[in-house]
Amino acid sequence: MTSLPGFKRAASAVVVSILLTACGGESTDTTMESPTGLQVTGAGATFPEPLYQEWIRRYNAKQTEAHFVYEGGGSGEGVKRFIAEKVDFGASDSAMTDEQIAQVARGTTLIPATAGMVVLAYNLPGVEGELRLPRDVYVDIFLGKVWKWDDPRIVAANPHLDLPSKLIQTVVRRDGSGTTFVFTNHLGTISPTWLTEGPGIGTLMNWPGGAMTGNGNEGVAHKIKISHGSIGYIEYYFASRLGLPIATLQNRAGNFVRPDAESGRRTLEAAATAGMPENLRLFVPDPEAEDAYPIVSLSWLLLYGQYPEPAKATALKAAVTWALDAGQPIAEELGYIPLPANIVSAASRALDTIR
Amino acid sequence: MAVNPFQHADSASSISGPPSGSDYLADSIFRVIALSCASLIVVLILYILWEIGGLALPAMAQHGLGFVSGTTWNVGSQEFGVLPEIWGTLYSSFLALILGGTFGVGIAIFLTQDFIHARLAAVFRTIVELLAAIPSVVYGLWGIYVVIPMLRPVAEWLHSELGFIPIFGTELSGPGMAPAALVLAIMILPTVAAITVDAFRRIPYKVKEAAYGMGTTRWEAILKVMLPTASSGILAALVLGFGRALGETMALAMLIGNSNQINLSLFAPANTLASLLASSFPEAGQIEVQALMYAAVVLLVITLIVNILGLGIQQYTVRKFEGKA
Repeated sequence: MTSLPGFKRAASAVVVSILLTACGGESTDTTMESPTGLQVTGAGATFPEPLYQEWIRRYNAKQTEAHFVYEGGGSGEGVKRFIAEKVDFGASDSAMTDEQIAQVARGTTLIPATAGMVVLAYNLPGVEGELRLPRDVYVDIFLGKVWKWDDPRIVAANPHLDLPSKLIQTVVRRDGSGTTFVFTNHLGTISPTWLTEGPGIGTLMNWPGGAMTGNGNEGVAHKIKISHGSIGYIEYYFASRLGLPIATLQNRAGNFVRPDAESGRRTLEAAATAGMPENLRLFVPDPEAEDAYPIVSLSWLLLYGQYPEPAKATALKAAVTWALDAGQPIAEELGYIPLPANIVSAASRALDTIR
Repeated sequence: MAVNPFQHADSASSISGPPSGSDYLADSIFRVIALSCASLIVVLILYILWEIGGLALPAMAQHGLGFVSGTTWNVGSQEFGVLPEIWGTLYSSFLALILGGTFGVGIAIFLTQDFIHARLAAVFRTIVELLAAIPSVVYGLWGIYVVIPMLRPVAEWLHSELGFIPIFGTELSGPGMAPAALVLAIMILPTVAAITVDAFRRIPYKVKEAAYGMGTTRWEAILKVMLPTASSGILAALVLGFGRALGETMALAMLIGNSNQINLSLFAPANTLASLLASSFPEAGQIEVQALMYAAVVLLVITLIVNILGLGIQQYTVRKFEGKA
């Protein structure tokens, strides 16, 4: 191995500390050890990070068996470190691919821990009221085909709004992101044009011309906040925290649905009832339910099938069980979607298989 | 009769004397220290070049010159091109140079050509130099919360009235070339102003007296005598300012909008090489890091070319206006 990773780490630490896009998670206190000295560390997705930190804060205070630490860094980073066995658990918004799972000798168990909605947040000063975006229109906005706010198709869907003749400035993610995957997976599912003319589906995209980029959900949210006429995709939590207006999107059944915890939970429940895959990798790129918000996603904890230390396995299982049960109301308080009962029971069954 | 002509110097009572052994020693130690410090700088630059070049080598071999002319940066398909970033870097620096250079030279004239009392000029000069002490991230925040909202109505008007001119061709939604260049201009202002002030100060007073003696007005003296005489120093100031603008990272990463496009419009978002490096590095995988290192090499080469060009122009003006060989 070359000296590259070390160099990169040092440099990125500097860059990260300089950039103000540092993700809002409070720094985890690693000096406080549990009496048994057992420390369980995890890393990954930034979207559920505020929730995981809150869970860990409460859970560490509640018991003394083990001390939990979680570090954000992105879904991609979480999967990478999980495969390299540098952490005890990972976290990812796009789960793991079959190839990635095959690389883990100790086995992989995907546990859905929370869920979120990708929303289209926008910034249009002077426009008050609900902005409705039909399915084909928001695909075309991100393809760069609809580029004025007073485009006839947007006006037709929003006769009640006085839309300005302003440029639509799209804001997207610069870094590899589970949120990007969920969003592009949705766009690719509802629009064949997205696959042929657009950038396709993935965690890291080459967006069509003129899009502004930001690092992390917070970076995108911030860019939307300071740019008039902008629109971008972020997780619901970040939009609501910054008080950004959120567009109402048209679902498969043709209804316009506002994203909130209730519509998100119903969407997931219906999807899980229709069929929960064996490995719990449930993607809902285009939910069918009448009142479903169209872009929802689970966020997974990545656990190993086996742990060499039994104490660690026990501690992790206890903690995740707590998170799936007592942790869900906390999730709702923070603006995440609480998991519906059928997904929680499937997750608990998967958890039992860990040794 | 041999009398030592240096007898008087040899006596211990005199304050002057031939250099002692320790003097020679101190002298040679200082020489070694100075030489090693100077060569250390050269070695450091070569080492940085070697290290970055080494990391960039795989990307250089793979992408070749297509890297410089390519316009996509797609990690997924491993296509890397930095033309939009090169464009953004040069365009923003050039705009900043026009603005910051004009104001910097203007300030220097104001401070040195007896427009205000010398003591007041010293106060002003200190204030201008204080600008250099403001951290770049503060400039970025100031740009976001002050410059962008201030610029927005102006940009709106320019776009609606003069939108047919390409440089006003788009609307300013927030971050973009104009706010970035404006803030960059303020950032290079102290560099340009301080060095230009020194250039004016170096002109012997008799030159100005001679000009006035020939009956020139103040402005004739400034424009036709002082400016050409100081021109090599002013050019040095501009080259240094341009170099600073090329490498500026933080404020630009916050203000330019990080958009991978080439647009002549002042109000469109763009990207620069330095902000591409800053924003992509933390998440980059090995392949992308190599490409980023290549981008760093490109930035170094651009800076080098600018400095060499600046040096050439400077020598030309020295010959032309200052009458030195």
